[in-house]
Amino acid sequence: VNTHPPEKLDGPGEGSPQVAQLARTWDDGHGLLALLGANNHKGTGLRFIVTAFGFFIAAGILAGMMRMQLAQPDNTLLGPDLYNQVFTLHGTAMMFLFAVPVMQGMGLYLVPMMIGTRTTAFPRMSAYGYWVYLFGGLMIFVAFLLDIGPENGWFSYPPLAGPEYSAGKRADFWAQMITFTEVAGLLVAVDLTTTILKLRAPGMTLARMPLFVWAILVDSLMIIFGMPAVVLASTMLIMDRLVGTHFFNPADGGSPLLWQHLFWFFGHPEVYFIFIPGLGFISMIISTFSRRPAYGYPALVLSLVSTGFLSFGLWVHHMFATSVPELGKVFFTAMSMMIAIPTATQIFCWIATLWMGRLNLKTPLLYILGFFFILVIGGLTGLILGSTALDVQVHDTYFVVAHLHYVLIGGAVFPLFGAWYYWFPKVTGRLMDERLGKLNFWLFFIGFNVAFWPMHHLGIAGMPRRVYTYPSEMGWGPLNLLATVGAVMIVVSVLVFIFNVWRSARAGEPAGANPWGAASLEWAIASPAPSYNFTAIPVVGSREPLWEPVETGPRRVSGLATDMREILSTTVVDAQPDHRHVSPDPSIWIFISAVATTVLFIASIFSPWAVVWLSIPVAVALVGWFWPKGDETEEHLAIETRPVIVEDRHA
Amino acid sequence: MAPFQHMLQVAGPQAERIAQLWWFVVALCALVFVAIMVALVIALVRRPRGDATTPPDADAMRRPERGARLAVTWGVALSIVGLFALTLSSVVTDRALAQLPLHEAVNIDVTGNQWWWDVRYDDPEPSKIFSTANEIVIPVGRPVLLRLRGGDVIHSFWVPNLAGKKDLIPGHETTLAIRADKPGTYRGQCAEFCGLQHAFMAFEVKAVAADEFARWQEAQRKPAAEPGDDRQKRGRELFLSGTCQMCHAIQGTTASARRAPDLTHVASRRTLAAGRLANTPPNMAAWILDPHKFKPGVNMPAHIIGQQDLDALVAYLGALK
Repeated sequence: VNTHPPEKLDGPGEGSPQVAQLARTWDDGHGLLALLGANNHKGTGLRFIVTAFGFFIAAGILAGMMRMQLAQPDNTLLGPDLYNQVFTLHGTAMMFLFAVPVMQGMGLYLVPMMIGTRTTAFPRMSAYGYWVYLFGGLMIFVAFLLDIGPENGWFSYPPLAGPEYSAGKRADFWAQMITFTEVAGLLVAVDLTTTILKLRAPGMTLARMPLFVWAILVDSLMIIFGMPAVVLASTMLIMDRLVGTHFFNPADGGSPLLWQHLFWFFGHPEVYFIFIPGLGFISMIISTFSRRPAYGYPALVLSLVSTGFLSFGLWVHHMFATSVPELGKVFFTAMSMMIAIPTATQIFCWIATLWMGRLNLKTPLLYILGFFFILVIGGLTGLILGSTALDVQVHDTYFVVAHLHYVLIGGAVFPLFGAWYYWFPKVTGRLMDERLGKLNFWLFFIGFNVAFWPMHHLGIAGMPRRVYTYPSEMGWGPLNLLATVGAVMIVVSVLVFIFNVWRSARAGEPAGANPWGAASLEWAIASPAPSYNFTAIPVVGSREPLWEPVETGPRRVSGLATDMREILSTTVVDAQPDHRHVSPDPSIWIFISAVATTVLFIASIFSPWAVVWLSIPVAVALVGWFWPKGDETEEHLAIETRPVIVEDRHA
Repeated sequence: MAPFQHMLQVAGPQAERIAQLWWFVVALCALVFVAIMVALVIALVRRPRGDATTPPDADAMRRPERGARLAVTWGVALSIVGLFALTLSSVVTDRALAQLPLHEAVNIDVTGNQWWWDVRYDDPEPSKIFSTANEIVIPVGRPVLLRLRGGDVIHSFWVPNLAGKKDLIPGHETTLAIRADKPGTYRGQCAEFCGLQHAFMAFEVKAVAADEFARWQEAQRKPAAEPGDDRQKRGRELFLSGTCQMCHAIQGTTASARRAPDLTHVASRRTLAAGRLANTPPNMAAWILDPHKFKPGVNMPAHIIGQQDLDALVAYLGALK
């Protein structure tokens, strides 16, 4: 029996005391202390996005340093040691501190609103993950600023990164940064998976899930399966360096190739951790700006799922130049070709959508059109790398640098910028400026191609990757200079973007709840989104809930407590109401636990004993976090009865 | 200077097969790219415009959209055919690369070290084995089987005009078969990041006629030339009494260390320090004084040595033809 007083249940619309109560309950509060303990999904998501953007800028500055160094032959601007640190940190930060976290942040921010709920399944866990990620990222940049940054590349191959050839603690900072980001990445992936499977609004069956949510689901499951490989590998590397194990030491029966297998078993899927959320953005944006549902929903979903599976069978194409048996090469070549099929399917479905739609050519759609041009080139050069015979020529040359930037910037960063223009109103309540947006796009698009197209030619002309300079007689100077000019254009375009965000957040055109006339649930919420998302949980009857509202039966679920963070859990496949669940409040223990974890991780770079002694503060912090509170539990149990669907024909 | 490190300017059958595959794949990819872009541009040009208030076509999901279905199905089907063609052509090329006839092959052991190449010409007769560094001379038209080893960290052997690359991995021996059909000098470079001087770990493969190769081999097998004058004698004395012989070997003397390039016939080589400098007496002197000026981080230390002694040392090394 539900003993909760009815005036403390949600349901009444805007302006009611119940909604005011909801706003208080779901608000994390203000001030520094409140921020440290905050766990609202939008706050956590936004912190991930803003922090990742900060690392994007920092890693971009490093890219600028490299382009300055390579602009002319025999340049002495950066010495080899600094250059090696710079390219290592550029790759490491872009992959681990920008691309994966920013996509997870977008998921944390958007998914609960898109699936019609008020929070994620484990909001404290993601909030903790954020702090761990932030501290890990800061650690590696502080190490770099102290001139003890890692210098073995983002792939950190032993024996070069092993104890014998990489003195000091540089490689350990790298390996421990992996630990930080993997803890964060795995926790957020678990949170998002559970959220998507258990917290969807009633009626949002798997077959009605927005394509972005599908993308995040596939992405999170991939992270859960892929990341443990690199956690294992980096831990083995630290052990080789710190306590004298010999996992990768060939002189003692270890194998440098073991590292490569473990690293790329994670490393290739990682490209898809970054790419798949981008595919989700594209489906959402194309649908909205074509004024029709994306064509081929089942094909698009199956493409995402099959990309997820296939991406785990490609890793050896990073290792064709080692000695791979002939039959093995054929398998991995075939797999590398096969993964183009789901991507091609999606591209054809999107073009069909555009073909049959009525196009609204706003900045978000421009970024998606830019995606088509860039990603198709990157995908096709990817086929070249997938072919063993061709790969042994272009592998580890600037051709690969060109390819990977075409894929990652075209496949993830362009859709991401489109997504930022698209969802900015939901965060700030204001639209971003269109004129600046178009300027931003064209500078980025042209600058990108000027910067990276010449690198294809440099690779063919024999320029290897990761060289800090090159002799002038090699003839690589002019194209490198051109690439640097393109890089300058990209810098200008990102400055335009930052200016646009700054100005639009203050003086942009007010957006209203649904400025683009979009179909998914987040646009049913006011802009900026209130802390509680929905005044009552919506009921969903189609894939396009705002374009096709439920016609018969209830449109909303009411009766969740307003004075505690209560949410509705539904069944995995059909999203039938299952039970009510009280989500945890903010807690300062989140931050304390993250600090204790950070101290343990950093200290264990220097002494294995840190793992022993410093696990005590971590245990204390976690006990504080999970300390049972009798009254609260009883109160929660009292209201955890089966929910009642109340018909509400006025909504 | 004309490009001499280029994967499409082929000088042997391995690189040639890869280049043929390259042009096939690039042509097919260009076709696909143009087709997709044309479809996209047509979609953009022909469709009516809308805005946020245009009523959405939500009904589309329930309409049988036969045209789109047909187009997407054909697109995917053609993609599968194209991908199959790419896979097949790649596998066929790969088989051909693996089947280079190795009859009467020259056997060479190459060891990659930070940041130079140790080159050892193998022979069934032990007395005919000799070593050189950073320069590989091969006979035109005869296959060469390279046995590749990583001496410290992983390196990668790459002469794009002749063949694809192959890694040199500590603890895992790999092999690479090449053949040069055109005489000439082809530059190669380490392609796997190997530390501070990865950028300057180059080498040259010189393809020469069979008789020239035989003469070269004969010369390389000889011990080092005796000093011709007192200055060179002084140079040898310095070499053997100083730090040089702790790392370098000169056959025919007591210097036999293998931590650095074999200098028995150093004067016959075109470059110094793995392609970093032209092999001239002033460069040799500058290199001995301060190698870190040219290759920061290199394992060879700087030397404090008087001008006269330096001249003597350079004169001795310059005579080691």
